[in-house]
Amino acid sequence: MSLIGTLLGREETRSLTMDQPHPHSLLDQGTQGVIGRPLDRIEGPLKVSGRATYAAEYPAENLAYGVLVRAPFGSGTIRDVVADAARSVPGVIDVVTDYPTFIRNPQQGGEMKAPTQGVQKVDYHGEIVAIVVADTFEAAREGAALVHVDAEPAEGAYVFAAHRDQAETPPPDQIPPTTSQGDVDAAMAAAAVTVDATYTTPSQNSAAMEPHASIAHWQDDGTLVLHGAYQMVASDQSQLAAALGVAKDKVRIVSRYVGGGFGSKLGIAPESVAAAVAARKLARPVKVAMARQQVFDATVRRSNTEQRIRLGAGPDGRLTAIAHETLATNLPGEDFFEPAGIGTHFAYAAANRLVDHKLVRLNWLLAGSMRAPGEAVGMLALEAAMDELAEKLQLDPIELRRRNEPDQDPEKQVPFSSRQLVPCMDKGAQLFGWADRHAAPASDRRGEWWHGMGMAAAVRSNMLQKSSARVQLTPEGRAIVATDMTDIGTGSYTILAQIAAETLGLPLDRVEVQLGDGAAPPSAGSGGSWGAGSAGSSVYLACELLREKLAKAMGTSPESMTLKDGRAIADNRAVDIAELVGDGLSALGEIAPGKQEKAFNQASYGAHFAEVKVNAVTGEVRVERMLGVFAAGRILNEKTARSQCLGGMTFGIGAALTEELVHDPRNGKVVNRDLGEYHVPVNADVPQIDVHFLDERDIHANPIHAKGIGELGISGAGAAIANAIYNATGVRVRDYPITCDKLLEGLPG
Amino acid sequence: MRFTINGQSHEAEVDIRTSLLDLAREHLGLTGSKKGCDHGQCGACTMLVNGRRINSCLTLAVMHQDDDIVTIEGLGTPEALHPLQAAFVRHDGYQCGYCTPGQICSAVGMLDEVAKGWPSHASADLDAVTLDDAEISERMSGNICRCAAYPNIVDAIREVAGERDEVAA
Ligand code: FES
Ligand code: FES
Repeated sequence: MSLIGTLLGREETRSLTMDQPHPHSLLDQGTQGVIGRPLDRIEGPLKVSGRATYAAEYPAENLAYGVLVRAPFGSGTIRDVVADAARSVPGVIDVVTDYPTFIRNPQQGGEMKAPTQGVQKVDYHGEIVAIVVADTFEAAREGAALVHVDAEPAEGAYVFAAHRDQAETPPPDQIPPTTSQGDVDAAMAAAAVTVDATYTTPSQNSAAMEPHASIAHWQDDGTLVLHGAYQMVASDQSQLAAALGVAKDKVRIVSRYVGGGFGSKLGIAPESVAAAVAARKLARPVKVAMARQQVFDATVRRSNTEQRIRLGAGPDGRLTAIAHETLATNLPGEDFFEPAGIGTHFAYAAANRLVDHKLVRLNWLLAGSMRAPGEAVGMLALEAAMDELAEKLQLDPIELRRRNEPDQDPEKQVPFSSRQLVPCMDKGAQLFGWADRHAAPASDRRGEWWHGMGMAAAVRSNMLQKSSARVQLTPEGRAIVATDMTDIGTGSYTILAQIAAETLGLPLDRVEVQLGDGAAPPSAGSGGSWGAGSAGSSVYLACELLREKLAKAMGTSPESMTLKDGRAIADNRAVDIAELVGDGLSALGEIAPGKQEKAFNQASYGAHFAEVKVNAVTGEVRVERMLGVFAAGRILNEKTARSQCLGGMTFGIGAALTEELVHDPRNGKVVNRDLGEYHVPVNADVPQIDVHFLDERDIHANPIHAKGIGELGISGAGAAIANAIYNATGVRVRDYPITCDKLLEGLPG
Repeated sequence: MRFTINGQSHEAEVDIRTSLLDLAREHLGLTGSKKGCDHGQCGACTMLVNGRRINSCLTLAVMHQDDDIVTIEGLGTPEALHPLQAAFVRHDGYQCGYCTPGQICSAVGMLDEVAKGWPSHASADLDAVTLDDAEISERMSGNICRCAAYPNIVDAIREVAGERDEVAA
């Protein structure tokens, strides 16, 4: 890949570790005028015309089709995979089982090691144990239906309520499981006003529209090329290589277009290893696309949670105690816990604090990251509890939050890099018409419908990850950006092009962005909302270096040179960039997190507002309108950033009202394992949503001053709806989702 | 069997178990139509058959002898987009793009249904159908977008429908 660099011996690297603030950004000095603007996605025409190629859509000679076979029981040990009938189906080539190599659980995001392997032991209903390979999809599917999995059943833990008392403290994961300051119990006892409430949220599924898919193709040199639907190419390559027992550089994953991820494609899923094993055995490429039901059965869920929130406040509403204790679930041996208290660490001031997480071991499919792990469900609890407290205090919910605004991180005692929660709430109140809200619940009935408004705060920690990118300037004066970063709908293609165009002074159509290929420099990947800040900074750094080279070629300094519209201007001269490039220039950019991470609490903030109506007869909830106001550092593209927020807020609608994976108490099976029964919001469930951004730069985050936005939109969104439902009806449902049956009984007559 | 797809007539031997969606994706190299569920629950596979939108995963290819089929590839190309395709780009009526071909084919079929005066659950007057946001949302609810570009999809469709009305007026 570094052909130009090697040939010309010119490729240098610009690295930056964020140990110091980075107050100056070339993006503020650019004259191209593309950064931040609401530009159309550069890959848009390919997507809308059906020409963008997703994982299962790459042609291959002599391609065979694989269909996965699941274990139809909740726990046990396989005696035999009986496949005679399947093998006799015309067109079936083989039924492949490889107990030690197949993966039992998908891997978590960012891990470098193989996931839990070994499928002779079945830990959850739907575990993938074999693959039927045939010349056609139809034959493979028919064969798969005929495979019988003979097993010795074992006892399993399938019911949360039956095992919640055996919760254990997990090892530290994304955050430590427990932190505390002061004495919550004493503060609660002394508080003038308290809330002590328990909220529950069910298992959820990301339900990205593209089911997980892989085409595995072993090359003659022993390299595996896998076209897969993956969010984090570099770490997924490591996981896959480890699982297959081959060297890391013998696996290349290509994920140019990914049909949504939301966490479900962070780590490798069973189809990748099954396809690779079968392709190796048969010496031909094998394609496996998981069926939608298998995505529900055997990829990853968001854990269900039980969250106890305790708030203690003085008569003025100032919090003296905050406690957030969470029970989450996962498989035996899997230590990921849903970090529901992650936002509670710094959302509000209070001297006495407790944030705790425990894990209940269940034989349900793997729990892992789904959009905004932690905040997405944690804020459903915290922000509903804040609403309950406001009501008890007879305080406006915004005023209550304002009074509890911390002036620094209340636990770590470090400053915030930026924090605009209050401005977000104020702006939102003004735009939404919050002043028209009736403070007393159930006081606005129009015909059959109760109307109400609610709000909630949004907080989301910001992260920077190691990331690298190559930027080349071609002799024609075009830029080519290459990194294994992915675009899962987030807008990576476009924002990376904008960063390169702005810093190199090129029109956007002279920048080409190549993503998702594991042969390119490794990136942070798409996860944790760090993609834009991390991958964006790596592109920025490479471009910064290229600017210096251009200046040198022009005989001037970068500071006294202006790049615009493909021309370099300095010392009263204007030269076409192509003339300065020679045979081509290439630079690598590398960003890494540093001391700024600990020296400052970095997070993005927002405020959600919702208006709902609830049918007085049926309990049906309709979301009438929603507004989100967000502050997340520099907005790189107002159009794609807004879309990210729309998506997050709509996930909030789903979490509040409809989304719930139901597990069979007899075997843990996901009962509603399709899109007809697992209810994600459809068009008619979603009103016209308004999104507003506050101007912000975060000089502690990275050199482009941008922070994550993909997950901020979901944080608190569902709570705003829950609070609006309470305002409309006076009914407080603490067991999400808030379905008609839970509301009906309490509705005022 | 014989059929026309995107204006081209085809003659093909087709497995009786093959869905129209798999025929396009796996046999004709037309991968624009997407498979999101294979069960008629998501709309990602929407095609136009004799002008009407259908979930192509729910229909067997062999049922389409002599039919005129249009997929997303037949509506426009990256260089010459159909007005709805262009409107989806302008309004960011998509994110990951996986539901998008189905959304656009569905919108083409839907606008035709409205032009014919077919009412929906959201129609206040069954005899005089007008296309407001509620109508668009209702009629597009068979096409799931997990990225949730819904408000932008409505904007894109409203704009194109409005332009059409202006031309018609
Ligand atoms: S793939 Fe046909 S409706 Fe989902
Ligand atoms: S654009 Fe991703 S599902 Fe609609």
